[in-house]
Amino acid sequence: MSLATDMTRKLSFAAVCAAAMLAASALQAQQAVQIQVTYSNGQFQPNQVSALADKPIVFRIKNLDGKAMEFESKSLRVEKVIAAKSEGVVNVRALKAGRYEFYDDFNEKARGALTVQ
Amino acid sequence: MLAALIIVFREVFEAGLIVGIVLAVTRSVPRRNRWIGGGVLAGVVAACLVAAFAGALSQLFEGMGQELFNAAILAIAVIMLTWHNVWMARHGKEIAGEMRAIGQAVAQGSKSLLALAVVVAVLREGSEVALFLYGVVASDGGSAASLTLGGLMGLALGVFVCLLTYFGLMRIPPRALFATTTVLITLLAAGMAAQAVAFLERANWLMPLDTVLWDSNWLLSESSIVGRALHTLVGYTDQPTEMQLLIYVVVVLATVMLMRLVGSERRQHAVASG
Repeated sequence: MSLATDMTRKLSFAAVCAAAMLAASALQAQQAVQIQVTYSNGQFQPNQVSALADKPIVFRIKNLDGKAMEFESKSLRVEKVIAAKSEGVVNVRALKAGRYEFYDDFNEKARGALTVQ
Repeated sequence: MLAALIIVFREVFEAGLIVGIVLAVTRSVPRRNRWIGGGVLAGVVAACLVAAFAGALSQLFEGMGQELFNAAILAIAVIMLTWHNVWMARHGKEIAGEMRAIGQAVAQGSKSLLALAVVVAVLREGSEVALFLYGVVASDGGSAASLTLGGLMGLALGVFVCLLTYFGLMRIPPRALFATTTVLITLLAAGMAAQAVAFLERANWLMPLDTVLWDSNWLLSESSIVGRALHTLVGYTDQPTEMQLLIYVVVVLATVMLMRLVGSERRQHAVASG
């Protein structure tokens, strides 16, 4: 019985912590820099983008093609399937300066890079 | 064709490993093929549905629908697998003993949990395949035939991996098999929990402890075949965040503690009644 109440207390504490985290994250997301990329005829447009260091980034990828694509980058740690004729949002954490390559995992020919200064 | 083969194979491969393990766990359950087959079928149907509504799904939660959906179904799988382990620990004595008939009844009790885990595994890996193949069908007819052939070959190879896993585990003596699959399922669940964390981090729903701990890409890339196998089996990630590692350890410890708790509870009960 005491075990159960102890468990309940711990769980409610965890829930409060989780709620606080969500509130904090919503605040942080607002400061993100947006990068618009269009995907059509199997190519990124533009395929070279840049952003400032130490700022979170939000990619908005518009897939104009008739088939799905997967926006992927090992160095950015992102992977997202974007259905045909739709837009995908990809969050990226604040980055250090450098070059980060991305590509379409369903089509190796489509490649691009993000330069962070 | 090769691209289609690779894309289909690597997804079916991941689901195949999990189905292979579940087949081994339930080997003595009567009509288990019906349960697991049903799980695979339900997973395929669900994957097609998810693929069909992928556009609508990703628009939910300010564009984060896909990530949150993935995190949610992974969380369900983690609960099902952990529940299965705890269930087995509660009745573990019967299995370890010579009473094989009771052992069968015990494994049977959690078959619905395992069937659900199969649904989730197939759904997760299958929805990407469905999306890719849908694109193939939608595109020009010329290359469609060779891409479909590649896809079918990928599927066959993935099923082969499933059978390889199953027959590999079947070579382990029955007594050791229970311990082996318990460890496998615990690590599988912990890995899935860490993956769920990654999805929540991508959705910006989970911000604390999001520093990447290490990058072992040079040693073992997550996209290599060994990396993928370890990713599915034990949750290997070449760039884990602190939160991913923390949740991984928490799931393993929680499983061990819960299994001990129900194991000792049962023993006390046995002493009291005896």
